[in-house]
Amino acid sequence: MNAEAEVREMEAAVLRPVTERSRTFILFVLAAVAVILWALYAWSVQLRNGLEVTGMRNHVSWGFYITNFVFWIGISHAGTFISAVLRLTGVGWRTPVVRMAEFMTVGALLVGGAMPVVDLGRPDRILNLIYHGQLNSPILWDLLSVTSYFTGTLIYLYLPLIPDLATCRDRLSDKVGPLRRWFFHTFSLGWQGTPEQWRLLNKGIRAMCMMIIAVMISVHTVVSFIFAMTWRAGWHSTIFGPYFVIGAIYSGIAAVVTEMWIFRKTFRFQKYITPNHFRWLGNILLAAGLVYFYFTSAEYITAVYKMSEHELGLLQALFHGPYSGYFWSYWIGGMAIPLLLLSLPRTRNMLGIGIASILINIFMWIKRYFIVIPSMAVPLQPTPWGSYSPTWVEISIVAATFAGFALIVGTLGKSVPLIPMWEMAEELEIESDARDLAERKRSAPRPAGPVPGYAPGGGAGR
Amino acid sequence: MPDVTRRQLLRWIGAGGAGVASGVIPFLAAAGQAGDAKGTAREQTLQSTGRQWVMVVDRKKCEGCTTIDKPPRCKAACKKEHFVPEEQNWMEVYEAPDEGGGTYFKPRPCQHCEKAPCEHVCPVEATYYNPDGLVLIDHERCIGCRFCLAACPFQARYFNWGKPENPPGAAFASYSPEYPVPHRIGTAEKCMFCGHRLRQGKLPACVEGCPMQALWMGDLTEDVATNGTEAVRLSAFLHERHAYRDKEELGTRPRVFYLPGHGEDYGR
Ligand code: SF4
Ligand code: SF4
Repeated sequence: MNAEAEVREMEAAVLRPVTERSRTFILFVLAAVAVILWALYAWSVQLRNGLEVTGMRNHVSWGFYITNFVFWIGISHAGTFISAVLRLTGVGWRTPVVRMAEFMTVGALLVGGAMPVVDLGRPDRILNLIYHGQLNSPILWDLLSVTSYFTGTLIYLYLPLIPDLATCRDRLSDKVGPLRRWFFHTFSLGWQGTPEQWRLLNKGIRAMCMMIIAVMISVHTVVSFIFAMTWRAGWHSTIFGPYFVIGAIYSGIAAVVTEMWIFRKTFRFQKYITPNHFRWLGNILLAAGLVYFYFTSAEYITAVYKMSEHELGLLQALFHGPYSGYFWSYWIGGMAIPLLLLSLPRTRNMLGIGIASILINIFMWIKRYFIVIPSMAVPLQPTPWGSYSPTWVEISIVAATFAGFALIVGTLGKSVPLIPMWEMAEELEIESDARDLAERKRSAPRPAGPVPGYAPGGGAGR
Repeated sequence: MPDVTRRQLLRWIGAGGAGVASGVIPFLAAAGQAGDAKGTAREQTLQSTGRQWVMVVDRKKCEGCTTIDKPPRCKAACKKEHFVPEEQNWMEVYEAPDEGGGTYFKPRPCQHCEKAPCEHVCPVEATYYNPDGLVLIDHERCIGCRFCLAACPFQARYFNWGKPENPPGAAFASYSPEYPVPHRIGTAEKCMFCGHRLRQGKLPACVEGCPMQALWMGDLTEDVATNGTEAVRLSAFLHERHAYRDKEELGTRPRVFYLPGHGEDYGR
């Protein structure tokens, strides 16, 4: 098959889910909306009665919401990591997964960013953060960094989408409703695929790429500073910044792998998302996991060796006290098993890597839980330990962040092409060029014919 | 201990010592009177009285009120003064283990740290210092993030999780960050060293309420302190009694000093 035909086939496959009506998708949306509506009710109860309806009290004054905040901001890292870092380093295989990873960043930032707001005792006064914002406070750093990351991600997601939106505009106008026709038309910004437009686009993508990596690192660093800037046992640590960033990449990439698994099946992208993609991402996941293992061990070994009075109670609670169940299950389910699955040749297949990714997702939530809660429960005065157990309100709202996240990513995936078609086409052409070259070397030398150019949106090459 | 000179004491206690006899010292007669101040409640608390407040806790004298078989009186006086909501104890008395295997009583108001972690982390400057060294909370600005509860190393902060009860006396009080009554839902709370009483020349409710005279209020600028019946030169008193501050190693510079208990020459 020549390159042009391959590109056409790929475009057809990528555009299919955009136009196809699917019963499963509607059921999925309904289920997600139901969970969200229930959580809105729970939130209204909380707004009426105050945070009294949560399990938080004076001793353990942060709970599920802050845990969940750290979790989602962590997930949001992978989108950029995969997309920007791999783009910058020119890794070709990234193409089919970058956009879904970026969708994930958008979804995770939206639901994660809502968490601190839900956690506020006085959400009605949230604008005080603007009127009276104090740059002293890590909360302000978080606010600035998360909003810049969100804005940057939207731009960075949008730029490579323009040529694909133009393709949709030209090909799908009779297959979609007026709303989406308008959307494709407006947001493709009159893209014609002229050399000047390509030059500008590539320049923009490259600039955003570098900027977004810096912002990404800052985001989880300052999230960790919310904890590290206090005196509490377990939080009072200098490595919290990089420790959290690596943890975020570890959990984020795991989430991308899970997502890839789901989209590959439901959107029938088996041809473009191959077992190799799982293996390649599995390698990065393994690397991130090992670095995270290193940081986590360093964090605990230095504390365990000294057994300072300050940390002693916390360590006992984690090792054989009330939190030991979480702690040890994390080491087994969140580190040992996934890292083995990712490194043993026999399990380095889609199933093994997929299971590892799901385990990592679950246990990284638990990890954040036992980073936040026990350090709060440590008594700072001669009092008993604090206790915490979430109420139905907190559980409902946290559940809704998962539903909301799935809804955002799913809807985005159904609305615009999930695989960047023009980048994919470039990939296919490079591959077919390589094949041509190999063939030419084998057969008699003949003059090289022109490689069919690719310009989406009805450009001259077609 | 060297007593304060008579002239100094007279100047300090204002009403010529008559108060000492009656057991009520007009503590701060020279300070700005409440009522003539201008501006918002918060702005009024920023007017200096020219004092630098500290509290001294004499552990030799504090028996946790167990000898009179009552719950700690300081705590009760504080609760009454401020209508402190249930589950909050702005002044708390802990029973802490001592070196010898026994226990001692440790009254704990807010330490009014000079480098207060709670102030550093507050995103909206709802927690702020006033010129007299008090760490105050502006309950009209607090957004309820509870970062300050996480940051305070002394467990001195509380939160109004639900709608706080405001009995009639509280409901009609006029709010000031120095007298944070009526209480507001979704905001952080703590001891304010009775800023409102200090301004009126009165001792804090807990100091006045302590039957053992174990609590002292002092002023660093005038270098004096009183527990309601006696007055001393603060610096010498702290020095001779080997005063220490709780968790001094953290460097938050608390404005609460503890005097070691029986058989303890040095801190803790
Ligand atoms: S004791 Fe706690 S609440 Fe009081 S000033 Fe210090 S840090 Fe703030
Ligand atoms: S709870 Fe209120 S006082 Fe405490 S840090 Fe947040 S805004 Fe400041």
